[in-house]
Amino acid sequence: MTHEHHARAVGVSRNFGTVRALDSVDLDVAPGELVGLLGPNGAGKTTLLNLLTGLRTPTSGRVELFGGDPRTPRNRLGLGVTPQETGLPETLRVHEIVDFVGRHHRNPLPTHELLEQFGLTGLERRQSGSLSGGQKRRLTVALALVGRPKLAVLDEPTTGLDVEARHVLWEALRQYHALGGTLLLTSHYLEEIEALARRVIVVDRGRVLADGSQEYIKSRVDTRTVSLRSAALPDLPGVVHREHDGDRIRLLTRDADQLIRELVTSGADFRDLHVAGATLEEAFMTLTNDGTPTNADVATVDRSTS
Amino acid sequence: MSLLLLHARYQFLETIRVPIAVIGTVGFPALFMLLFVVSNPAVGGEPAAATLAAGQMSLFAVISAYMFNLGAGVAEDRAKPWHAHLRTLPVGPAAQLGGRLLNAQCFALLSLIPVALTAMLFTRAHASAGELAAVLLALLLAGLPFAFMGLAIGYSLPLKAAIPVVQLLLLPMAFAGGLFLPPVLFPDWLDVLSHALPTRAVRDLVIGALTNTAPGVVAPLVAAGWTLVLGTLAVVAHRRDEGRRFR
Repeated sequence: MTHEHHARAVGVSRNFGTVRALDSVDLDVAPGELVGLLGPNGAGKTTLLNLLTGLRTPTSGRVELFGGDPRTPRNRLGLGVTPQETGLPETLRVHEIVDFVGRHHRNPLPTHELLEQFGLTGLERRQSGSLSGGQKRRLTVALALVGRPKLAVLDEPTTGLDVEARHVLWEALRQYHALGGTLLLTSHYLEEIEALARRVIVVDRGRVLADGSQEYIKSRVDTRTVSLRSAALPDLPGVVHREHDGDRIRLLTRDADQLIRELVTSGADFRDLHVAGATLEEAFMTLTNDGTPTNADVATVDRSTS
Repeated sequence: MSLLLLHARYQFLETIRVPIAVIGTVGFPALFMLLFVVSNPAVGGEPAAATLAAGQMSLFAVISAYMFNLGAGVAEDRAKPWHAHLRTLPVGPAAQLGGRLLNAQCFALLSLIPVALTAMLFTRAHASAGELAAVLLALLLAGLPFAFMGLAIGYSLPLKAAIPVVQLLLLPMAFAGGLFLPPVLFPDWLDVLSHALPTRAVRDLVIGALTNTAPGVVAPLVAAGWTLVLGTLAVVAHRRDEGRRFR
């Protein structure tokens, strides 16, 4: 089968009753890509994934999986999807669930190898209902990869995991990608998208707001972060947001060069100066805050989610 | 085909891991056998009456296994996110549906064992090997309309509604169909009504096979009619369900 894209949506809209969950969305995922789908709750991310994996059909437009209709079972042979962690069959044992999903594929990974990769060795005989939340979460991601899929679709793969477990999972996903796998994932954690995704698609209210490399998305938000230590810093012109963390001060500005000039001429005592581009998080908040980026939007960046 | 067997095997595993569900399916008919047949020497001690009672109770076991396993089982599965995950695997709905039916059939057969054992050990029921083979085949066919009824209920109702609906349908239908008391004891009006029921129709077929007598014309026709109607209902319920949840 030859096809340019592993997954594709062309002018896809999807209504639920009177609610438009997706509005003329175009998307394509090429072989070997690592794509992060970013958007607030209710943005339409899950609906888009459901369309691409054949769980639902679009109201209008067209979706393709490996060049065919995702609803045809044969076209899903190269697909791996994470089940919802709450949905695992509770009475079945871990190795049974892995084996069951694996047998739907032509050349599944050996169960022990997969479980080892996801830190689940020793839990083979446990019923899935007795696993901890983190273990269940790792099992769901393992299930997406058991069939050596060409495309893995992961909806919130690490939600609810502690930092260490998250890094174990990222490592497994990077390894999968390094061996030629294609990844499409959504996440609440911007850190996760920054760590994993080469390409970022920002979705809000059923529309694609931005689609490009991480650097491109960040550049869409024309701000720089100027960070420095100072005991007393006067108000400076051109600062759209100011944050204090002890004597560490972070200033968001549209023109870092001008701000530095102002800073120097103000005569204020400072040290440890650092200038950086916007983080993905700032880009995300700016893009999803009601259309066009404004100074006020940048100022509402919520640090608590980082 | 191999995927169908895979699904059947895992359905079976999931079901037997909840022992109380198994005990309910397998134990109730045997309990009824003890209560209505063994405890009553006029039935249990009389070869003809005991054989009839064992046949009727076997049919009840099969019908109840199908209706609970499919009615409640499908309603339960539909509510689980795992069910949605299965739809992302490279397999069509036939394997899952076929696996469910096969699993229900296993439990129907399992539920026959205690009934048969009770009949053999504690009553004077008797049947030749040929009659037993014929009745087994008749029981499997007789279960079909009730498998469809179970599917129609399971695909139409949420679990909390499916269980009482199965119970409300099963017991009155079983009684009026002559599965607890032979129809010869029915008043005339009940006997007339009884002939229109699917339980009565398949009962007459099973008893015909068990006693090696021809069942007449009415029973096969009524059984075929119900199978057709319930089969259609099951298909409609399945389609509507897919339509409602997965548009």
